[in-house]
Order: sequence, then structure tokens, then C-alpha cells
Amino acid sequence: MSQNTAVKEQKAKPVSRKDMTKAQWTWKEMKKNKAGYFMVAPFFILFFVFTVVPVFLSMILSFTSFNLLEMPKVVWLDNYVRLFLDDDIFLTAVQNTLIFAVFTGPISYLLSLFVAWFINELSPRMRAFVTLIFYAPSISGAMYSIFGILFSSDRYGYVNAFLIEYNFIDEPIQFFQNASYVMPLCILVALWTSLGVTFLSFIAGLQTVDVSLYEAGAIDGVRNRWQELWYITLPTMKEQLMFGAVMSITGSFGFGGIVTALAGFPSVDYCAWTIMHHLEDYGGQRFEVGYSSAIATILFIMMITSNLLIKKLLSKVGQ
Amino acid sequence: MARKLRVRKHRVILNRSAGGDAGITVMLIILGALMFLPMYYSLITSLKPLDELWLFPPRFYVTNPTLKNYGDLFKLMSTSWVPFSRYIFNTVLITVAGTFGNLCLGSLAAYALSKIPFPGKNVMFRMIVLSLMFVSTITGIANFITFSTLGLVDNLLAIILPACCSTLGLYLMKQFMDSSVSNEALESARLDGASEFRVFWSIAMPMVKPAWLTLIVYSFQGLWNTGASIYIHSEQLKTFNYAISQILSAGIIRAGASTAAMVIMMIVPVTVFVITQSNIIETMSSSGMKD
Repeated sequence: MSQNTAVKEQKAKPVSRKDMTKAQWTWKEMKKNKAGYFMVAPFFILFFVFTVVPVFLSMILSFTSFNLLEMPKVVWLDNYVRLFLDDDIFLTAVQNTLIFAVFTGPISYLLSLFVAWFINELSPRMRAFVTLIFYAPSISGAMYSIFGILFSSDRYGYVNAFLIEYNFIDEPIQFFQNASYVMPLCILVALWTSLGVTFLSFIAGLQTVDVSLYEAGAIDGVRNRWQELWYITLPTMKEQLMFGAVMSITGSFGFGGIVTALAGFPSVDYCAWTIMHHLEDYGGQRFEVGYSSAIATILFIMMITSNLLIKKLLSKVGQ
Repeated sequence: MARKLRVRKHRVILNRSAGGDAGITVMLIILGALMFLPMYYSLITSLKPLDELWLFPPRFYVTNPTLKNYGDLFKLMSTSWVPFSRYIFNTVLITVAGTFGNLCLGSLAAYALSKIPFPGKNVMFRMIVLSLMFVSTITGIANFITFSTLGLVDNLLAIILPACCSTLGLYLMKQFMDSSVSNEALESARLDGASEFRVFWSIAMPMVKPAWLTLIVYSFQGLWNTGASIYIHSEQLKTFNYAISQILSAGIIRAGASTAAMVIMMIVPVTVFVITQSNIIETMSSSGMKD
């Protein structure tokens, strides 16, 4: 009802925006639309408590030494100095995280795009079926553990059995105990599970490109499907490309669980140890809150910068 | 129907080389096989009787399919400390409560961000977009402090409350409302004296059914797969996924039971997706990120 009186007031005494200072005008708008604040409040209160505040809290705590029992002690940059100068495992973790992100992010992004593009011209029923096959691994919980069985070194290991049967090798390869196999295998499995939201978003994006654009393009001399993709389709679905990039990049930093399930915690020689694992180790197990907050802050900065960077790059596409 | 026509039309107009079509089909079949085989192999393994499980070399098919592994799985589960039904109850409770909370809070906020021009909404939406750019793991330790202050450690609320403010569903719903709920319909209802909540409930919500289904599906998938958590210590509060991961970690020796467990965990989200697929794709068509 307040809405209604606000509307009436406005009609009775027309005040243009110029007559007020910016603060006055904002205040008036705030009062007029106060229902909006009530509606966002429940969500945003929780969002602040569980997402926004923790990010800042981690940043602050990263300058302290804190074990949850005694009061935090301010140590300024000590945690960061220790991370970069004294903690060899952390440096391995940074390296592995970057390798993981560089491989899984772009490859899963391109895979999503091309598979979505490949299936775009199938009949709707067929497209729904193929979509399910490609999308299912990303939602099937712990299904990726099957790779542990496929690549295991005992009697169940299908891959080893196959290689021995055809005389490629004489004895089974210890895939998850051998440092040179662990990373590539984990990346492979991560890719297997990576056709998620990005993929669906691209399928939808391709479906909504206006057909008349293709007709116009054909008249203007677009010769084949590649030119069509590059000159017409991709520029039209730029917003989807942006959203997909964000989802893929964020995802590419979050594959720690797969590594733990396949290669163990910790993996052999820390060969697939990522920042996520380091965080889990210091935060979830040793309760070195200050130190793990520093790790979390670094991971946060890495994720946000790579996202914003790629967003900036993508916004240049087609300009 | 319109969509189908469009595809056909698209085909007729543009010259598609037969070679390109063939190449794409071959690529799709190879990639599809690579995606599908691991799932197929777990399904097959879960149906193998003991003697076939131990065959060397392992086979990609099963001659005498049996459900014995599923029975074994439940026998294994019933020997755990806590009755197996308790794990399932916990998972269902978290999933239902978290999804319901996220749906209520998320759609209210999405409506306000999309349709009410209050000052500050752009900043709020920008924060939502930023939150999509990092994984929630990094807030874990700080949240642990919050929960211990609130006395919520070892309480399922520690999992449910953060799930209620998960942002992907809100983001998708807000974008969908921007593109498919017309302001005119809302405005005329407002002039008729309907309160903002009433407009939201009886006009906007029925128009965005695909978006709320999508929100439900994503929230559901995330919560269904909730595993071990640093906030939960008691065995009787652990989830189904946690119980299953314990069986998986017991190792390859239980290949039969563990593949059965994987198949059970997989079936629910995949079925949900099959039912809701067209709605999710429809929602995704407005998922684009501006600027």
C-alpha cells in the first residue's frame, strides 16, 4: 500500500530530479522502493554472513597468527613470507594449481563450445540425448572414482590388462603411484567431469541465434560453417561466452576433490598437490587459521584476477 | 515446434559440405564414446557376479548380470555404526531444506534485483556476479569461526544455511526475469493496488517456471553430493555421500559394492536432469553476462 501512496504523492506534486540534490533524490527513491530492500534482505543477510564477510575476514586473519583457542596475534606479512620463502610444498601447490587451471579451463571451455556447436543442428530429440551423455559425468557425484578402478594396477585395472594383453608392457603400470602419470590422469578425469553449466549455456546460446542472421550472412558471402561460426554465431552469443568463461575458470580451480579421490591425500611426492589441498591441510586439519587464511586469500586473488582478465579479453572479441 | 522448424530452415538455406557433416559426426561419436564408456563400465561392473569380477583380463560386458552387489552394498551399510537410513535421512533433509531455502530467498531477491528500481541494486548484483568467480572452499575456515561463534558446529544448519544463499540460481533467475517478464504486466498490477509481494507471487513467479526449476536442480545437485564437511563431526550427522566415500576408500577389493554405490549416487541427479532438461536449457538462453 505504501507503494500506492508514494505514487499518489508523486502525481500530486511533480518534482523533477533537477530540483533535488543527489542525496535527496536517492533517499526518495529508496523510500519509494523500500519493498525491494525487504525482498533482497533475507538472501543478502545470509550472503553477507557466509560469503562476503568470510572473504574479508580471511584477508584480515591472514595477517595474524591464530589457532582458534588463544587470541589472534598480529604478525603482519609473516604468513605470506613463510608461504613463499619457507614452504616448498606451497610452491609446488601453486605450480600444480596453475597447470591444472591452464589445462582444464581452456580445454573444457573449447570442448563445451564445440560439442554444443556440433549438436546444434541435430533434431531436438537427438540433441537432448547427446546433451545428456556429455553432461551426465558432471552431475554424477563420485562416479569419477571409476577411473581409479579402470587405471588400477591390480586385477581390476582394465587399462593395464589391455596393455599387457597386447604386449605393450610386461607388468602393470602403477598409474596413481607414479608421479609422472598422476597429474595428466587427474587432468583427464577433471576434463571428463567438466562439461557442466558452461556447456548447457552454450547449447542454449546457439539455439537463440536468429536464423535471419544466417540468411543475411549467406547472402553477404559466408561460404561455410566455420565462417558462419566466426562471423555470425560467436559475436551474437558473446554474453553466453562471457558467462561460460566465468564458470569454466572458477571450475578449473576447484578440482581438488578429484585428485584426493584418485591419488590420495597427499598424492605421491605431492605431485598433484594443489592450493585447495594445502588449504584443507592447514585449515581443516591443523587449524592454523592465520596461515590458511593467507592461502585462501592468495587463491581468492588468483581466481578473481584470472576471471577479470579473461572477461576483459573476451569483451574485445568482435570489436 | 518453432525451434524444430528453425533447424530445418537453417539446413536448407546454408550450404553444408557433406565432408564437414561426416567429420563432425565422427568427432561426436568418438567424444561421446569417451564420455560414456566410464559410466557404462561402472554400470556393467556393478552388475557382475563375483567370478566375473575376478576374470582376467576384465571384460567390457557381463554374461550373468546380477543385483547381488547392490545387496552386498546394503549389507555393508547396515554393519556401519549408524543405521544406514540415518545417512540417507541426513542427505534428504539437507537437500530439501537447503533447496527450499535457496528457492524462497533466491527468487525473492532475483525479483527485486530485476524489477524494482531501488538504489544500490546494481552494486548488489555486481557482488553476486563476483561471487560466481571463486569457489566456496576459500570461505571455509572463516565460516568455521562463524559457526563456532553461533554454536552451529556439528549442526546440519551449518550446511543448510550457506546453501540457502548460493548465488548461481539467483543469477540465472534474475537474468531470466530480465528477459522474459514484461514490465507492463507488473505495472498494471501495481496500479490495481497489488503489493509488491503479491505482484512477485502471482504474476512474476508463474512466468519464470523454467528458472525456478533450474534453481531447484542446481541447488539439489550441489546438496545431494554433500560429502565430508569440516563443520560436522558426529557420525549420526554425516551424509549418504560420505558413507559411500568410506566404502569407496576401502578400496578396489570391494569393486562390486563400490560401483553399485556410484550408480546409486548417480541415478538421482541424472534422472532429475532428464526430466528438467528442456526447462534448464530455456533458462540458460538468458544466462549471458553483460559488460
